[in-house]
Amino acid sequence: MIRILPEGKLARKEAKWFYFFIAPWIIGFLFFTGGPVIASLYLSFTKYNVASPPAWLGLENYASMFQDRIFYKSLQVSAYYTALSVPLGILLSLALAMLLNQKVPFLGVFRTLYYLPSLVTGVSVALLFQWLLNPAFGIVNFVIGLLVGESGLIPMGIAGPGWFYDEAWVVPSHVILSMWAFGGSMLIYLSALQGVPTALYEAATIDGANVWQKFRNVTLPMISPVILFNFITGIIGAFRIFTQAYVISSAVGGGAEAYGSPNYASMFYVLYLYLNAFRRYRFGFASAQAWILFLVILGLTLLALRVSRQAVYYESATEEELI
Amino acid sequence: MADQTMTPVTEKTVPVRSRTTFFRSKNFQEKFTIALATVLALMGACVVLFPVMWMLSTSLKTRTETLAMPPIWIPKELQWINYQEALTFNPFGLYFMNTTFKYVLWVVLGETLSCSFIAFGFARLRSPLRTPLFLLMLSTMMLPTEVTLIPTYVLFSKLGWTNSFRPLVVPAFFGSAYLIFMLRQFYLTIPREYDEAAIIDGASYLGIWWRIILPMSKPALGAVAIMSFMWHWRNYQGPLIYLSDNNKFTLSLGLSMFRTPFGGTPWHWLMAASLIVILPCVIVFFIFQRYFIQGVVISGVKG
Repeated sequence: MIRILPEGKLARKEAKWFYFFIAPWIIGFLFFTGGPVIASLYLSFTKYNVASPPAWLGLENYASMFQDRIFYKSLQVSAYYTALSVPLGILLSLALAMLLNQKVPFLGVFRTLYYLPSLVTGVSVALLFQWLLNPAFGIVNFVIGLLVGESGLIPMGIAGPGWFYDEAWVVPSHVILSMWAFGGSMLIYLSALQGVPTALYEAATIDGANVWQKFRNVTLPMISPVILFNFITGIIGAFRIFTQAYVISSAVGGGAEAYGSPNYASMFYVLYLYLNAFRRYRFGFASAQAWILFLVILGLTLLALRVSRQAVYYESATEEELI
Repeated sequence: MADQTMTPVTEKTVPVRSRTTFFRSKNFQEKFTIALATVLALMGACVVLFPVMWMLSTSLKTRTETLAMPPIWIPKELQWINYQEALTFNPFGLYFMNTTFKYVLWVVLGETLSCSFIAFGFARLRSPLRTPLFLLMLSTMMLPTEVTLIPTYVLFSKLGWTNSFRPLVVPAFFGSAYLIFMLRQFYLTIPREYDEAAIIDGASYLGIWWRIILPMSKPALGAVAIMSFMWHWRNYQGPLIYLSDNNKFTLSLGLSMFRTPFGGTPWHWLMAASLIVILPCVIVFFIFQRYFIQGVVISGVKG
């Protein structure tokens, strides 16, 4: 890559303007990102509750974290949720994107319909799914009863689970909730699929490839960077689930101190972090938790990048384009 | 492996195709695939819309009807009054005004303006530190906000800004890495010839940004504004942490206030209120659909 920089005075003038334009970002970075990152690292080695100045603890926060049963539980809950929701989410949105890519009529209408749930996030969707999956009055368990209940279509005597009220079902329930908003990533896959040159499919057809072979050898390699991107952002998003866990678990458990109920089975990582910071004012401990979260996410991202190096195909991507 | 399996197939398929029986004809297969995909897509749409329909149905029921078994889809009488009651049960009018005029409006304005300004610097102006700073900015997107959450909270509380909208609004005026990146990518597609022509006409960089880049990047700015709107309209964690007075609550905080433990939740009001909260997002989406989808796609594919 050859870049011709203007010489001397002109270059210095341009550089000055560069700093002028990015000044807001630099200020924002110092006060809201860079500064806080350093402060957070420092606080993670202290005992701090805002009211009195931080007291140095050394590694005690980290040490006590790894003896904290609920901390382990929260890590486990989030890891389980991530392991379920990320692959399922990719499969679902990719499958529906491929469906819509089959010259389906009224593509615009379907695209809009599928995207709609992504607009309903946050508190509204948490409340809605709590209502849908209500064990006693929810419509989902009613439908399950109709299909496989004692006097159902296929009478197997299976009753709907307790969903958010059941220790074993609470994480899958959260996964179902998050899967509903698959529309965003589906749009991304759809546009990636539409970007695959038709010439490649024609060539494969001439070579006699069947549907699966075309998918495996043309589609998948061509959209693999997009899958990787969704995989990584999916992991980061899944580990950071907060709102739905906070809103649902407090209602399910009954009362403000029931977060993570039943029996800590929905004590997601960031929920526990929030509780330590803003309910118990253990800002030092919560900072340490945040750093462990960062390391976990970073580790998983690097692992994904490393493992995918063989599998992901970058078409004529230069470093410049990747940036 | 693919080569081994694919080569023999070639030889076989050529004669088959030339025979063209009806069911194996390319035309039929294509039509069949489209029909099957359409049916599946319709089924998918039903599943996707089911929760929203149930939400709508619940919002128009009486309290007794919400708890009826078997469930009722269409209430005997549509209880439009639920919407009115939901709005007065909690001061939702106030929450709406708070969310709109004290929070989201300013954030959208701040983010769109600042991100466009900063992105212009990264896209158009050269300096030895440009690449390192750009990489630094990209790397901040990797950083989970939880890491900066606590010190930022401490900073705002030392400034005495807690229980006000300032912690939510002020940072927006300093840009957001994700949106800056999106706009920068878009600016790179605007031919530099326009800038050069403007320079010859004596325009300053500020003038180029304001008179050329801004008007030419309306679709991208639209996408940024909408993404910013959508995100902040539904933001829960921020208001939860910073706002404590009931009369300063946003809509999302107000919604979560509906929850009453031990099964006393008024679901008909709750669903009505949720629908009211969702409505602006849906309206914005339908008006600016084109920009919005573009935004999602730009950030995803080029990310």
